[in-house]
Formats: sequence, C-alpha cells, structure tokens
Amino acid sequence: MSPQVEIQLIAAVVAVACALPGVLLVLRRMVLMSDAISHAILFGIVIAFFATRDLSSPFLVLAAAATGLLTVVLVELINKTGLVREDAAIGLVFPALFSIGVILISRYAGDIHLDIDSVLLGELAFAPFDRLEFFGIDFGPKALGVMSGILIINIVFIVIFYKELKLATFDSGLAAALGFTPAILNYALMSIVSVTAVGAFDAVGSILVVALMVAPAVTAYMLTDRLWLMFILSAFFAVLAAILGYWVSHWFDASIAGSMATMAGLIFGFVYLLAPDRGLIAIARRKARQRLEFPQTMLAIHLSHHEGRAGQEKESRLATLHHHMHWTEKFTVRIIELAERNGLVIKSGEQLLLTDFGRKIAHETLSL
Amino acid sequence: MEFFDLLQKLFTDYTLRTVALGSAVLGLTSGALGTFAVLRRQSLLGDAMSHAALPGIVLAFMLTGSKAPLVLVLGASVAGWAGTLLIMNIISGSRIKSDSAMALILSVFFGFGLMLLTWIQRQPNAAKAGLDKFLFGQAAALLVRDVYIMSALGLIALLFVALLWNQFKLLSFDPEFGKSLGLPMRALDIILTGLLVIAIVIGLQTVGVVLMSAMIVAPAAGARQWTDRLGMMIVLAGIFGALSGIVGAVISSNTSHLPTGPTIVLSISAIVIISLFLAPNRGLVWAWLRQKKSRRRIRMDSVLRDLYLLASQHDDIYHPHEAAAVDLMSKSRGGAAHCLNNLREQGLVRQEGAGGWSMTDAGIKQAREIVSRYGGNAS
Repeated sequence: MSPQVEIQLIAAVVAVACALPGVLLVLRRMVLMSDAISHAILFGIVIAFFATRDLSSPFLVLAAAATGLLTVVLVELINKTGLVREDAAIGLVFPALFSIGVILISRYAGDIHLDIDSVLLGELAFAPFDRLEFFGIDFGPKALGVMSGILIINIVFIVIFYKELKLATFDSGLAAALGFTPAILNYALMSIVSVTAVGAFDAVGSILVVALMVAPAVTAYMLTDRLWLMFILSAFFAVLAAILGYWVSHWFDASIAGSMATMAGLIFGFVYLLAPDRGLIAIARRKARQRLEFPQTMLAIHLSHHEGRAGQEKESRLATLHHHMHWTEKFTVRIIELAERNGLVIKSGEQLLLTDFGRKIAHETLSL
Repeated sequence: MEFFDLLQKLFTDYTLRTVALGSAVLGLTSGALGTFAVLRRQSLLGDAMSHAALPGIVLAFMLTGSKAPLVLVLGASVAGWAGTLLIMNIISGSRIKSDSAMALILSVFFGFGLMLLTWIQRQPNAAKAGLDKFLFGQAAALLVRDVYIMSALGLIALLFVALLWNQFKLLSFDPEFGKSLGLPMRALDIILTGLLVIAIVIGLQTVGVVLMSAMIVAPAAGARQWTDRLGMMIVLAGIFGALSGIVGAVISSNTSHLPTGPTIVLSISAIVIISLFLAPNRGLVWAWLRQKKSRRRIRMDSVLRDLYLLASQHDDIYHPHEAAAVDLMSKSRGGAAHCLNNLREQGLVRQEGAGGWSMTDAGIKQAREIVSRYGGNAS
C-alpha cells in the first residue's frame, strides 16, 4: 500500500471508531463530557509516559482510560456537593487536569518525546512511517493496527450491549427498574470513549477527536429515528469526512485532522439545510405551505358556515370576500385561486361556491 | 525576604510587570463576565466561544496581513460571536441538544482554524509566525501595547455591565419576568453574549484557546461559594481572577519551563478548591461539621429519651439504669455510656455509684419535650 492509501485508511478507521460511541454520547447528552475526557487524558498519557518511557506502550491506553474515568468521577463528586452545577464542574475539572499535563510536559521537555502540539493537534501525515513489525514482517502502520483494535472493541461493545444501551439511553428509569445499573453502563461507555480518544489523539489530536465523535453522529441524528440506522449513517459520514478531509488537506497542504473536522462540519451543514423532514429548508417549506393551507381551510369554513342561510349571497360574493375574511384583496385572490386549484371551491358568476370536497374539509376541520 | 524580592521584582521587572498586569486584567474581566455565564448555566459556552475564535484570528490575519492585536481581536470576536449564534440557531432550529451543538461548533470551528493555520504556515514568505501562540497562549510575549488594548476592551465590557446592571440581573435570574415587563430580553442576551466574547478574546493571547474556558468558569464558581449576592459575586470573581493572573504570572516567571497559562489555571483551580472547602456556610468543611454536630445532637437526644422511657416504667422516675440497658433500647448502636457522660455534663442525668444512671429534673423536662416532639417509641 502506498502511504497515501494508508493515511486514508487510518483516517477512516479513526473516524468510524470515534463516530460509533459518538452516537451514544449525542443521544445521552454527554458530548461535553467526552470533550472534557479528551483533554484530561493528556494528564494520564504524561504520567504513564513517565512510568514506561514508551509512547506506544499499551499501559498508556490503560492510564488514559483511568484518567477518563477519573474525570467523570471528579465531575460527579463536585456535582454531588451541590455547590457547583454539572456544566461548571466539567469546566473546572478538565482545564485543571490538562494544565497539569501541559506543565509536566514543559518541565521535562528535555527528556520526553511528546510535545503539546502533537497531542492537541495530531499529525496523521507521519503515521505510515511508524510500522508494526513482528519477526521482521511488516503488518502495516502501527496506528492502523491500534485503531483497528479499538474500532473492533467499540463494535463488539455496541453489538453485545445493544439492547441494554438502547434501554439505558432512552429510558434510564425503566432500565434501573428492570435491574440494570445505568451507572455501570455509563462508566463502561466512558471507558470506551477514553480508550478511543487516547488511540485517536496520536492521529487527529484531542480536540478533533470531539469533532469526529459529535459531527457524524448529529448529522445522522438529523436523518433518522432508528438507533441502528444512526450508527450506520454516522459511520458512513465519518468515512466520508475522513476521505474528503484527506484530499482537501492534500490540495491545500494543510493539517489532515483540521481538514477532516472541517469536512465533517460541512457535511453536517449540508444535511442541516437539506435533510428531508428536519432540514432547515424542509421546515421553511412546510411552514410556507401551512401558511397557505390554513387560509384555504378558513375560506372553506366561512363558505360552509353561510351555505344555505340568509345572506349567503352577500357573504360569498367574490368582490367583497376579502372584507368578510379580513384579508387583503391581493391575498384573497391568491387564496381563492389556490383553493380552486385544490378543488375546494368553484366560481359561479359573482359567487364563490363550495365543492363537495371543500364542504368535507370544512366539516372535518370543525368536527375536530 | 524572598517574598519581598518577588514583590520588588513585580514593580521593577518590565516583562514581569507587563505579564502580571495583563493577566490581572484578563482575570478581572473574565471573572466578572463569567459570573453571568455560570449563573445562566452557560459555563461551557465560553469553551465553545474560545475555540470558535481561532479561525477568526487566522482569517483576520489572512485578510489584512497584519498581526496587530486589534485586528486579530476583531477577527476572534466576529468568529466567536458567529459560532455562538450558530449554536443558538442549531439548538432552536432542530432537535439537537445544546451539548451536541456546542461540541459540534467548538470542534469544527477549531478544526477549520487549524486547517487555515497550517495552510498559511506552509506558505512561503508570509510573516505568519506567532499565530500559533493563540493555541496555548504566550503570556511572556505580551507587550505594554497589548495590555493597553486588553484594559480598554475590559473597561468597555465592565462599563456595559454597570450600565445594564438591572437588565442583566433580570436576564440571569428571571428572563420570563423581564419579557413580561416588555424588556427586549433577546437583544440583552445577544449583548451579554457579545461581552462574554470580549472577555474571552482578551485572554486568548495569554492563556490560549484551550484553557480560556477555565478563566470563565473557575473565578465565578469560586466566588459563588462566598456570597448569595450578584454584585458581591461579580466583585469576588473579578478579584479571584485577577489574583490568580498575578500569582500565576509571578510563579511561572520565577521557575524555568513553567508555562504561564496553565500556571494561572492551576492558581484559580486552587482558589476554587479552597472556596469549596472553606467558604463560610456553603463550604464542605462547615457542612461536615454541622452534620457531625447535628448527628451528635440526635444521638444524645435519643439516649436521653431511652433512659427516660426506662425510668418511667418504675414508680420512682429517678430509678437508675445501667448504660448497657440503654444500649439495649437503641438496638445495635451502642455507645450510650459516652453519651450519658456528655449528658451528665449538661446536668440532664446523674450517675448513682455503680448502680447506673438516673434522670435529673432538668433531664426529665427535656426528655418529655423530646417525646412529645418525636413520639415515645424506643429508638
């Protein structure tokens, strides 16, 4: 494989590995916790690095997962005192842990191959040079191996606990009543997020981990109500963002991770505007249609109200109808035209008469 | 002596003075404005805004080719503000929740800023060096000119707060009531958000995009513990912010390889921890002491009542009982002897040789009160 293909493959695997737990985070409203975790793991990574002196040690992943859980526990502890609300508690914990991490790195910058830029921003371009070799056989880039492993863990976790996750996400009260412990599932999910974040920080950096977790998931959320479909769609958007991001960065000679996040954002923007049903444009069109549908119904009701009664001729005369409806003349003409086209009314000389269909609409609306 | 040296250095060392002053201004402004954010449960909006400002800084540089602080600050403000409006639009226009919307805009804007930053850095000939200091901040590079601009912006922001004091207060605590009074709450919201953007932009150069959120949240969270009054809280938050700015600047300047931004953040974190534990009334230590005291009180009351119930089984209400008998009354708790000793000191019970404990008149009176209040079943 050429380095180009390898980078795209790593990018895609990282993106999917992040997007899958991202779906659960979005639905459980815990996205900001993942933001906090992805920053705080710097602390764990630095500590573990001091202990092992090896950036690729599996111990690093464990330490990072532990730090992620530490973040969650600290936030919950502070929250439980009742002195600080949860959002503020998150805002207190992760900058402190991150600061300690940054200070440790700068203090011992001499003997550490870890600079803050790479942790925060990541650099995918160099990933193919770090190979995974066993007995002299090349198994591809190390990052690809690590992230594939994490991706598999994530998929297995979601598949095995699909029912439990679904229940705990949409009805945690029922889950608790049925004997599941939402807290355990929650910590499991947070561990998954931490492990994914530490695996991905190398490639895309800690802030863009958040982009890859949230953007594909909310994009999918715009399109579907089905949980399984949301997983699949978000994985699809993640891959799309990864590949597009790679080529954009290639053309502009810019950061791959930054471009991936930008593309993930653009894809979201695109779907946010164009999604059927929930997109901005669809909503605007629906509103516009309703703005015209409602007056037509009102017209039908008005006509049916006076049908067969004294004054019908006066109340349904085309030329004066706008007075009775309290509309402008122009608007009235437009509504009559639409109502006629929709088969609600029919013109007869100076008079506007209801059709059978129009009468039915009026009666149905009133009987509600 | 050493402290005195530090103090002297603060006034004589030009760089240190500038950095400390800049950090103080930043802490003061972000603390004061952050108070509103924390009270309105928008603590993490600051985080989102500061990240969203990055592309604005880079775009401002690309458009003007200038690194003048005012230009960059303007770009950062516009981008931060645009990001915030987008967040609000997504929350109100779709079913996406606020946390997702914030994280989305935060990370995507930041990613876009990073893309632009790396792109211009790889362009030849551009005088682009130094833009990346906004990521982590570089307090040491602060110039007096920067401090002037920061102070001016901070002053404007604080002036607005003073002018619109009542309106902002209403917005923070009861926006619905404000609306019913006919106040333009939405416009006020936008103004207050704009002021928060200013406070954030002031700090970007010093503590950087990533840690700026701490400067918004932490001073206010600390100040909240000491007071229930908004005015006092803002003043305290400002003081905490400024103090941590100065302390952080001084410590980091006296230690090699100690970046200023993280040091300031750890200083303010320390202030928050102290506040959480020691603030009168709300502080955890006081709450713990109060709880301990009231627990002891309840235990003493129940021992006194148990002894009274035992004694009232006899014709003679002053009939003595052993501590072990009282222990039996309270099932598994035990430790009645200790409580009885305490009760004796208060003159409520009497020790009668080896025979045990009996009630005094004062004890009987109090025990009757307890029984009438909590019932006479054995505890």
